[in-house]
Amino acid sequence: MQVRSSSVIAEPRIAIGDLDFYYGEHKALKQINLNLPDKQVTGMIGPSGCGKSTLLRVLNRMYDLYPGQRAVGKAMMDGINIIDPDVDLNSLRARIGMVFQKPTPFPMSIYDNIAFGVKLHEKLSKAAMDERVEWSLTRAALWGEVKDRLNSPAMGMSGGQQQRLCIARTIAVRPEVILLDEPTSALDPISTLKIEELIDELKHDFTIAIVTHNMQQAARCADQVAFFYLGEMVEVGPAEQIFTAPKEKRTQEYVTGRFG
Amino acid sequence: MSDSPEHLVKSYDTELKKLRAMMAEMGGIVENQVALASLAILNRDTEAATKTVEGDQRVDALERDIEQFVIRMLALRQPMAADLRFIIASLKMTGDLERIGDYAANVAKRSIVLSQFAMPFPLTGLGQMLRLVQEQLKSIIDAVGAGDTDKAIAVWRSDQAVDDLYNTIFRELITYMMEDPRNITPCTHLLFIAKNLERIGDHTTNIAETVYYAVRGEVLPDVRPKGDTSAYAVVHPKE
Amino acid sequence: MSTTTMTSSSVPGASKDIPASVRLGRRRHRVNTLVKTLCIVATALGLVFLASILFTLVFRGVGGLSLAVFTKSTLPPGSNGGLLNAIVGSLIQTVLGTAIGTPIGLMVGTYLSEYAAGSKLGDAVRFVSDVLLSAPSILIGLFVYALLVSPFGGFSGIAGCVALAVIVIPIVVRTTEDMLRLLPVALREATVALGAPKWRMIVSICYPAAKDGIVTGILLAVARIAGETAPLLFTSLGNLNWSLSLGKPMASLPVTIYQYAGSAFEDWVQLAWVGALLITFGVLAINIVARFVLRGGK
Repeated sequence: MQVRSSSVIAEPRIAIGDLDFYYGEHKALKQINLNLPDKQVTGMIGPSGCGKSTLLRVLNRMYDLYPGQRAVGKAMMDGINIIDPDVDLNSLRARIGMVFQKPTPFPMSIYDNIAFGVKLHEKLSKAAMDERVEWSLTRAALWGEVKDRLNSPAMGMSGGQQQRLCIARTIAVRPEVILLDEPTSALDPISTLKIEELIDELKHDFTIAIVTHNMQQAARCADQVAFFYLGEMVEVGPAEQIFTAPKEKRTQEYVTGRFG
Repeated sequence: MSDSPEHLVKSYDTELKKLRAMMAEMGGIVENQVALASLAILNRDTEAATKTVEGDQRVDALERDIEQFVIRMLALRQPMAADLRFIIASLKMTGDLERIGDYAANVAKRSIVLSQFAMPFPLTGLGQMLRLVQEQLKSIIDAVGAGDTDKAIAVWRSDQAVDDLYNTIFRELITYMMEDPRNITPCTHLLFIAKNLERIGDHTTNIAETVYYAVRGEVLPDVRPKGDTSAYAVVHPKE
Repeated sequence: MSTTTMTSSSVPGASKDIPASVRLGRRRHRVNTLVKTLCIVATALGLVFLASILFTLVFRGVGGLSLAVFTKSTLPPGSNGGLLNAIVGSLIQTVLGTAIGTPIGLMVGTYLSEYAAGSKLGDAVRFVSDVLLSAPSILIGLFVYALLVSPFGGFSGIAGCVALAVIVIPIVVRTTEDMLRLLPVALREATVALGAPKWRMIVSICYPAAKDGIVTGILLAVARIAGETAPLLFTSLGNLNWSLSLGKPMASLPVTIYQYAGSAFEDWVQLAWVGALLITFGVLAINIVARFVLRGGK
């Protein structure tokens, strides 16, 4: 049985430094400094509106879609600053994938859903694409359930299956980092646990950051946990430490359900 | 432990308060048990001894109640951080307190036997040990209620003194036994009594370590000072 | 822990007044019945009118249906003419008008939804489109007249097509924008998050997802222009002879109906009813076919 590793030793895949974020004039993130260790799960917790989703969306430049939102600071990956306006967004997003809260299958067949992302970045033969689709669906623990109906519409699947499809779609482009924005809050408890198991396996190959408002989920999934409050990162540390003996009073109050 | 705001779910706070109350009650009863046992020996008070033996039932019952309550809270509340440490600590401490209760009852039983013997030797060492152990116990039970880690550290360090006293009594009693074979029976009982008191001291120290962890979130840094050398003691006859 | 039980004394203002609750209940029931009756009556009225129109059309028009209607062009009264040139002319102008107007409408609608949401230019464009949507079609006819008829010295089929296209555009703009706007933000974000450029997202994901709504919008436009008369009066004018040339005046069903219905000749009036019947059921047929096609595509 593999015990979750401590975060201090591993190399950071993404190093966030002095990051500020603005919605128009409103400063939503204040001087965030956080390392995402390579091939580990970083959980981000905090009350509503604390900025954890905002931070996640900075990492794949989602905010570029919306005028009036801007980021200032550094988010370094392999020597490149993600925030830099010269960065090629399409190839960035091929390296940093995202799964959203609401499962969003594309209006096409299951096969095409997976192939869509791959076709954006790679030219694969039919055989290679078939292989990639199978690999993605297998890693997402979905292959067995859908292998006989790859050409049926993706919209016909259950919520849990749709979300696993979205995960398969994201990993099909072989990113290095996967961002999960409350991936199970729209799902039933069993689907939730299946996806948590998936996260446990995926972290062998991908660096994962997960935003969740469910503390128990962060406790189950994450190696390292960061607690956010009102746009600031209050504390970060190994999951075990945050949930048994947090250093900051505010973290303690949030984690024990005393938040007032 | 309770200088932070209240839980958003009030029933959670109510349960934590109940747990604290049960711990306080058990602490109080066990303190009383040890005091009664002390009277039983020093004053040859058989009534006190009987009360102690009977009172042990209540201690055992409380330990079971607290254990059940802790398991319930773990399952239903998924406690975190300080709450988690406190609840687990309660489980550990209740075990230690129950053992202390058992030792007190054992001492009381032996005091009933002892009252039939004349003991022409001073019991000052034992009296000191009894006093020290009771002081430690009172101190640590206060520390549990108040979350006082300074008191806990003090108790933790003072176990050394209890162990020293035990070593002295050990040698003393062997000497008495060598002097006069008629002393063997009472001295053997006294030896067991002293050992029980030393064990009470150890359990009190356990409680101190648990309190420290529950409040601070860290384990006590140093190694526990262990001074019981009776395992290596050899007493030679005077001739 | 124990659950709190709600007694009527803990709910503010509660009392054990049974008659009042029954009274109120009865009143609610009466109001419910009244509104339901009004709705049924209104529906019935609407249905009655609709039914009577259809009935009249069928009654008056069926009598004039014959093979000649579909094989012969319009002829002077008394010569047993048909409506072939008008039918073909309507088809050509409707199809071309849709073909010209739809791509423009699609692109403008896409622009408004995807690129200009909230911008001043977008607001202006949307405003103009809405005005055009409710502009009297005769004005559009006059506009195209000034643009394509008088400078070139003659009425033409292509002018008619253009006039119809101008009517199609705002309809398609409105429905395209609305249907695209309805798509969940999460869908777009999920596409972009995979590394898709914006145009790719629109073409590969948004259009297929909004396909049903957009096609419905186009069909609405087709239904609208199939029956437009005023703009054609100033552009393609109508042609009593057989002509497929876009450079010359072209016949159409609505114009022909207009010309025939007011005439004093029996057979022409009969043909006018037939024309009206054809238009109505033609549009109905398009709608039904489209519904089946869309359902089949799911």
